[in-house]
Amino acid sequence: MPDHTFLVNGERVTVDVEDDVRLLWVLRDRLGITGPKYGCGINVCKACTSHLNGKAFNPCAVPVSALRKKDEITTIEGLADTVDGDLHPMQEAWLEFDVAQCGYCQPGQIMAAVDKVRQVQEAGREITDDDLDEIRNICRCGTYFRIRQAIKAGAAAMG
Amino acid sequence: MTVPSPVPTPAPEGSEAKFGVDRRRFLGFVLGGATLITAADLVAGGTPAQAVSSLVPQPAELYDLNDLITDAARPTANLITITITEEGRAQFALPRSENGQGIIDSTAMLIAEELDLPVEMVDVTLADARPELVFNQLTGGSTTTTSTFTPIRVAAAIAKGALLQAAATFFGDSVELLKSKAGVIEAPGGRTVAYGQLTRLAASTTDRQVAVDLKPHEEFTVIGSPVKRKDALEAITGRKKFTLDLDVPDALPTMVCRPPSLNGAPERVANLDAVRQMPGVTDVVKVETGVAVRAATFGQCIDAVRALEVSWRDGPVVGESDGDIRARLRSAQLPFGTPSVPLLAKTVEHEFTFWFKSNSALEPNAAIADVRADSAEVWSGLKNPIVAQQEIALAVGLPQDKVKVHVVQGGGSFGRKLFFDGALEAAKVSQAMGKPVRLMWHRSDDTRQGRVHPAAVSKTRTTYLGKEVLSFEQRHASVSTDFTHGLGEILTALAAKLPSGNYTFAQSIFLLTQEVGYDFGVVDQLLNEVDERFNTGSMRNIYSPDTRTAIELTVDDLARRFGQDPYEFRLARAKSSRTRKTLETVAAAADWGKRMPVGTAQGIAIHKEYKGVTACVVELDCRPETVNREIREARTGPRVTRATFAIDAGLVINPNHLEAQMQGGMLDGIALALTSSVHLRNGAFLEASWDNVAYTRQWNVPPEMEVVVVDSDSGQPGGAGEAGVAATCAAVACAYWRATGTMPKEFPINHQTPLHFEVKPFSPPMPPSPTNGLDFIR
Ligand code: FES
Ligand code: FES
Repeated sequence: MPDHTFLVNGERVTVDVEDDVRLLWVLRDRLGITGPKYGCGINVCKACTSHLNGKAFNPCAVPVSALRKKDEITTIEGLADTVDGDLHPMQEAWLEFDVAQCGYCQPGQIMAAVDKVRQVQEAGREITDDDLDEIRNICRCGTYFRIRQAIKAGAAAMG
Repeated sequence: MTVPSPVPTPAPEGSEAKFGVDRRRFLGFVLGGATLITAADLVAGGTPAQAVSSLVPQPAELYDLNDLITDAARPTANLITITITEEGRAQFALPRSENGQGIIDSTAMLIAEELDLPVEMVDVTLADARPELVFNQLTGGSTTTTSTFTPIRVAAAIAKGALLQAAATFFGDSVELLKSKAGVIEAPGGRTVAYGQLTRLAASTTDRQVAVDLKPHEEFTVIGSPVKRKDALEAITGRKKFTLDLDVPDALPTMVCRPPSLNGAPERVANLDAVRQMPGVTDVVKVETGVAVRAATFGQCIDAVRALEVSWRDGPVVGESDGDIRARLRSAQLPFGTPSVPLLAKTVEHEFTFWFKSNSALEPNAAIADVRADSAEVWSGLKNPIVAQQEIALAVGLPQDKVKVHVVQGGGSFGRKLFFDGALEAAKVSQAMGKPVRLMWHRSDDTRQGRVHPAAVSKTRTTYLGKEVLSFEQRHASVSTDFTHGLGEILTALAAKLPSGNYTFAQSIFLLTQEVGYDFGVVDQLLNEVDERFNTGSMRNIYSPDTRTAIELTVDDLARRFGQDPYEFRLARAKSSRTRKTLETVAAAADWGKRMPVGTAQGIAIHKEYKGVTACVVELDCRPETVNREIREARTGPRVTRATFAIDAGLVINPNHLEAQMQGGMLDGIALALTSSVHLRNGAFLEASWDNVAYTRQWNVPPEMEVVVVDSDSGQPGGAGEAGVAATCAAVACAYWRATGTMPKEFPINHQTPLHFEVKPFSPPMPPSPTNGLDFIR
């Protein structure tokens, strides 16, 4: 089996696994990084959302062989380490609004939210309801309204 | 041992009124142990006296599902125990399942309140299956708080009493001079001792029965305060562990190749050996439900499942589609009665169809199982672990006590985890392979072969004369709801308490949950269930979103005929003062009656269940620019732009979680009314993904939402988990009629419009894993 080397949450890892195995399974089943969740495996539910070089992506739809040595994956477990302080401002906002119910979707929601705010701020805009409407992450517990509140607060703190 | 008789002090209005006795004194135990262990016993408290209503009541007004489960839990409630550790923490294993409702937190609050201990010092975990608890380990019907409210507090109060006694010995003072506060006991002169230091002293060598007074409600400081989720930090950092995240050695990923038709079965596998040779694959075996594959990663399971060549036996619904089921339901509809009304009375009849809906949570069906020759161990999110343990033991041929069932926090349930399909299948697969397995259903499995809310046809008939409603009848015909998860057993055991002998389980549940809530003269609601070929379940709020939507649309029709405003009409006919107050609250908060642009409208509805009353007002936008929004692979359609909800939930334990549960329930109600269903075509459900199922997404969420908690006169806690759904679903339906001028007759309203997706193939049963994920990075 081929070796694949890349960075995960600041650590260099090498995994011996077939080329076509999707990164979600390399993270979960081989590296024991279980923050990114399975909800569909076909890039729909967004429960697995993580960051590749600082931008949101869905590891269930990326074969491990597509990664290059210098690629840096950040999962929810590593998000706080990308900022000073114990938690990322978006995680702080999540706590403030007590968003989580069952919690299953929440790692993906937070990773998607951080990325959405980044995009909006790079475009020099404030986050709007229309931006929030574009987020595709499922929450079957229906925490969507608190998610919207938390993203607005988190965006202010990230700005 | 002397057992003190109940103290005859009158309890405050409504407090513990459920028990029908004016007292706050209860009996419990200090159990023998090295440290302090207490338990609650309510058996000695006698049976509850039932309330008596003045009008001719519907069954649920007298005795509802919450009462039933509470009564069923009572005889074994003495087995729940609280332990005080030497660190001064209170430990309690909750015989319930947590799936996001926040019951771990509310339980910790009850204990903290009675024990005078900070909430952070209370550790609540989920108990493994404990068969001796019989009915006391079922999480369903939003009954957790109702049924555990008293026993948990009794155990905590006994613990505090024992600690105070121990402190009296410790200080050489009399108990009356001591005060407990925040986990510390204070004696005169500022001397203090912590609970942890006292627990050995307070411990008993034998089991002793003791009597205890509970705190009066006016003295509550923890109960009723907004407390945040204790596990929030775990959830937002990715540390919270769900079944699939557990580290169980050698439990490798396992999936099942399932039939193309609903409940079909495997016949022959043509390429078993070839698939066994695929990368990562360790085992491939045929089981009852399909062909199971175990591999190093789930990705390799998916590839192997897709490669399998299996011939299948058709499932029992092949050849039939939505329309056939509706025809079957219509012919099963029970006839209306013939209430004797004056000759000049007018009659209004309506019929509504509620299509199948997916009951899937975001966490798919999942379980870890390790079945050996002489024992078995299973991990899963289970709401009824005792029945799961029994059935798994039976299936793998082991004695029940050789099967250890661990209850793991679930990633959402909504009634789904009352069933243990995943756990049972995992156990069978593990046995067949002789290895531990980590079983996961693919999303397409969960959607196509998983549990659904049964389709139903609901008819209403109302008679009225002038502006007086003389009678209201509802006939609800539903595809059979599967109650074999244990609620049925409770009913068997408590058959004597049921409204009348001859009902089936489902009819009994129906009667125990339904209450029209309006003064409509002769009221009569009946259920008939047919067709047991589907995998159904008691999805969040069971029958009520459907029955309530049928009722409230009928109510709006009557208001029109009487020339009255929908709110005024409801207010005038609401049967209880709680309902009136809740209606007034929601109408004021929502600016009921405000001017709305053409193509938009408000809708209003109530619901009464779970010992509480709810009311909802929504604003719905049905203008073309909204309805026709283009979002890829999405159901757009009408959008609720503002939703206001009022609830009288009785005694509120945690207003923060109550609000969260209502918000979630409201978004369920919006999905049921507008977007979310599964379509039956030729014996299979077409939907295979979240985009297909169209549960509420951000683009369907009201930008404005508000939940108002009504001050309640009831001292009894009500259920919250399901209470948000029915009134919201009905309010959306009513708003749709007012906005468009067309009364909606089928739900979700979008069910018959062209599909918004391309149907995924049925064979292979799982779609390919995409490879283009990097293309979407922005
Ligand atoms: S699991 Fe990756 S998007 Fe659903
Ligand atoms: S919190 Fe349960 S799915 Fe989002």
